[in-house]
Amino acid sequence: MVIATMNDGDEARIADRTRVKRLGSAKSKAQLRALLLIAPLLIFLLLVFVLPIAVLLTRAVDNRAASAALPYTLSALSAWDEESAPDEALFAAFATDLKQSPRDQIAEVAKRLNYYETGMRSMLLKTARTIRNAKPPYNAAFVAIDPKWETPHYWTLIKNASPPFTDYYLLASLDLERDASGAIGRVSAENAVHVDVLIRTFVVSASVIVICLFLGYPLAALIARSKGAVANALLILVLLPFWTSLLVRTSAWVVLLQGRGVINSALIWLGLVDPAHPLDLIYNRIGVLIAMTHILLPFMVLPIYSVMKSIPPVYLRAASSLGAPPMSAFLRIYLPMSMPGVSAGGLLVFILAFGYYITPALVGGPGDQMVSYFIAYYSNQVTNWGMAAALSTILLVAVLILYAVYNRIVGIDRLRIG
Amino acid sequence: MMRLNCMLLSSVMTLAIAGAAFAEDTLTVTSWGGAYTKSQEEAFFKPFAKETSAKILQDEWDGSTAKLKGMVETGQVTWDVVDVEPSHALQGCDEGWLETIDYSKLGGKDAFIDGAAMDCAVATIVFGTIYAYDAAKFPNGGPTTMADLFDTAKFPGPRALRKSPKTTLEFALIADGVKPAEVYDVLGTPEGVDRAFKKLDTIKKDVKVWWTAGAQPPQLLADGEVVMTTAWNGRIYDAVKNSGKNFKIVWDGQGMDFNLWAEPKGSKNKELADKFVAFTVNPDVMAQQSKYISYGPTLKAAIAKVPPDILVDLPTAPENTKNAFVVSSEFWADHDEELTERFNKWLAQ
Repeated sequence: MVIATMNDGDEARIADRTRVKRLGSAKSKAQLRALLLIAPLLIFLLLVFVLPIAVLLTRAVDNRAASAALPYTLSALSAWDEESAPDEALFAAFATDLKQSPRDQIAEVAKRLNYYETGMRSMLLKTARTIRNAKPPYNAAFVAIDPKWETPHYWTLIKNASPPFTDYYLLASLDLERDASGAIGRVSAENAVHVDVLIRTFVVSASVIVICLFLGYPLAALIARSKGAVANALLILVLLPFWTSLLVRTSAWVVLLQGRGVINSALIWLGLVDPAHPLDLIYNRIGVLIAMTHILLPFMVLPIYSVMKSIPPVYLRAASSLGAPPMSAFLRIYLPMSMPGVSAGGLLVFILAFGYYITPALVGGPGDQMVSYFIAYYSNQVTNWGMAAALSTILLVAVLILYAVYNRIVGIDRLRIG
Repeated sequence: MMRLNCMLLSSVMTLAIAGAAFAEDTLTVTSWGGAYTKSQEEAFFKPFAKETSAKILQDEWDGSTAKLKGMVETGQVTWDVVDVEPSHALQGCDEGWLETIDYSKLGGKDAFIDGAAMDCAVATIVFGTIYAYDAAKFPNGGPTTMADLFDTAKFPGPRALRKSPKTTLEFALIADGVKPAEVYDVLGTPEGVDRAFKKLDTIKKDVKVWWTAGAQPPQLLADGEVVMTTAWNGRIYDAVKNSGKNFKIVWDGQGMDFNLWAEPKGSKNKELADKFVAFTVNPDVMAQQSKYISYGPTLKAAIAKVPPDILVDLPTAPENTKNAFVVSSEFWADHDEELTERFNKWLAQ
């Protein structure tokens, strides 16, 4: 009897277990099906978004240009002690490389060596152009082109530029460099610009969030409480900036804010401002904040509005019928319930503001350039892709850290866009 | 399968023959668009087409070398002649994607003004980076020298300068007394760089705007935001001629720069391209272009053929080159990043 019950219990337990298993497999099947359903989108995103960005970011450490273009020179250099004068064998190897390698590879190496020592680009290219027709002995031929080839210093630079990966760009984007012994130190004060710019980017973005929240929250509340035509009209006004191009909006601010602009002229006409000293509203931080706030305000208003739409007005009525004065009803009911919208808007505005550069370039002063301005400069103007990729990496990491902090404080599951 | 191959082959053959016939008398010339291309069309394209009965196709580019480089590397060269800037000409020469120019067919390098005859490109126009002022702001006579741009006691009022070390540092040195011919020797030394920034320090608080786009300087003058600004001469000339503004250009210490013809390697119409370039490098033809835009010819012989009323406003007029320097693309290829970093740091201080 006892045994039987035990058996019964066992059976029940086994049945339970199989049920759990079945449930589990059903669950994982459902998950798999869900995954399969989004697979096309996932693969598409991986291929056209994640992968290209990852490949581009690897350029921040990629340093294979020298080893590709100067194989003989580097193997000759590996046996060299970095002090004695370069010998004929080394010159011959260098001449072979310069004659054999494609010209664009040589140009790439020249550009990279120029980061370590300004002027080395033209020195190497001039040498490459001339040495193509030279005959041995090469030592004399090189020195005839440029006497600097006799000094070990330049060969050390070539040797240092040879490892396949480098931390040079990542260090440079944090205003650091390695000295001759390999220790990391700060770059000279007059060239240390990147850390300041990163801090500035952060400060400007944070200021824009605060102003957007200050202006956007009451506006969103107003739209959420309006009915029909009024709400529609207000929403259209919020969306209007989306339908004009960013450049046009920025230029319009120039017309409004400048010394002889619409705003200053009106104030002078009213006698509030001295004509000789109009208000400085543009080509400084004020102009940047005004123009950026204008452009980013809808991104703050829309998430907050959609969350507020879903807060039943009954709650506030219930609070006041239980004796809460309007202020505490707002603080204890309405504000906490609208918080997910605020955090969504804040995150959106912050991430967008972090990448701005056209607006600060046009309405900002000399001290208002953001990180993206430098990324554009390095990638378009001087085609230093290593530096552009390193700065982009720093920017991406900064955003991810902020996102992690945000997740700790607010919790990403509390974020709602609608 | 065999039949398909035959069909493919024959169609490719037909295309190739048609292409060859098509390529024989058409030439694709790529330039910058706008008023500039218009002036080339009037001065070069139409007369050339008339003389040779070749057809010229126009294309546009924005100066990003990636496309040009890609064309040459993949062997799909559809541009026969491209209007480039000195920095492109230098890079294309170094990396081997531009043809070398044979100057023996173009009357030798000496026929050109200094710096116009580059190894892989030949300059057809000169534009000047100058500074200009609003004459209404200086009723008792305006500034006349580069030093005046930096003299806020004699000529008070807000200024605008270009947000780039290029030409800005050269101007500072010339204002500080460096001869234009020696400007790059001085700027190549650390002391020279310090000297340039020290000179810029003296007017830093008076520089209201650091401009980035070529359209900004005439606008800033017109709005009365600044009393003087550095600019590209064509923009100021245009504002005077077409908008009736009373702006004056100061040519003293101007930086001359070029636009050049270059031929991408692997073009199928090299012969015709050479013919076209040679056609434009002719004093009579080249002198025509300044009728349509205020840029100067690069051939010494062509400068003499420009009508005097037009010549007055060109960067190459003898009167305007007395104290000028040629912007060195070689110097900037070496020093651009180092000086830009320092310049940005200085701006933000």
